[in-house]
Amino acid sequence: MFIVIACMIAGIVVGYLFRQRRLRFIHRLILILIWLLLFMLGLEVGANGAVIRRFGTLGFEAFLLAFAGTLGSVVFAWLLWLTVRAKSISK
Amino acid sequence: MKGSIIILSFFATGLLLGIFRFFPQEILAYNMSFYVLCALMFSVGISIGNDPTSFRQFRNLNPRLVFLPLMTIAGTWLGVIAVSFFLKNRSMSECLAVGSGFGYYSLSSILITQCKGAELGTIALLANIMREVLTLLLAPWMVKYFGKLAPICAGGATTMDTTFPIIVRTSGKDYAIVSIYQGFIMDFTVPFLVTFFCSL
Repeated sequence: MFIVIACMIAGIVVGYLFRQRRLRFIHRLILILIWLLLFMLGLEVGANGAVIRRFGTLGFEAFLLAFAGTLGSVVFAWLLWLTVRAKSISK
Repeated sequence: MKGSIIILSFFATGLLLGIFRFFPQEILAYNMSFYVLCALMFSVGISIGNDPTSFRQFRNLNPRLVFLPLMTIAGTWLGVIAVSFFLKNRSMSECLAVGSGFGYYSLSSILITQCKGAELGTIALLANIMREVLTLLLAPWMVKYFGKLAPICAGGATTMDTTFPIIVRTSGKDYAIVSIYQGFIMDFTVPFLVTFFCSL
């Protein structure tokens, strides 16, 4: 997995070196690579009978994680909001 | 939203072809996705390094709001840790890896598939899409009960692109820069946090 991170860091350096030029094509390339990889993820999941049979359960687990993660961050946003607002009122 | 549907339809097409084994099996055998992933990460790196959005732009930010991405991360982690106690067959680090996608479903699901397999990758894809959809649908309600920062934290890594319009509409134009700042920071941290929790 460190190879993956190393690729990203190498990309950051290259992108920074070329910062005088807007590399517009890169966003299109990212999109195409994401399409390709999600297509391949679909193939892998589809060919994996065990995952397909449990798709409903996996969806439910995903919902719990999404809901709890969102709720947690909303509550923390509220805590920061209270301190920011208290500050602006006392000004 | 249109972009998300196109991305999803690629996944769905692959899913159907996979179920009916309607593809050359070599695609999966040679670990091709790993090399495509490296190319993707290199491109993501270039887009970060080449981004005209710089930290200088965030100078006028309220100093307390600099901590907003930290609140997003801490809140999300607490939430998924709580859920991990109920999901008996998922370890806490797996749940944290899924949660650390922060709505960036394409990249996080691909990274997680690569090191934890297609099952957790599928959960990551679904969970992070759901996070984006929850934010889009509930943003007005979040602002009403939890303040104007709530939809920005809920949006996670998507607040610079897909959820940006709804945030500006519900929290107000004053929060546009905070929203971009948060998206910028989170986009950058997702690959690191996801691979970190995968390696545990």
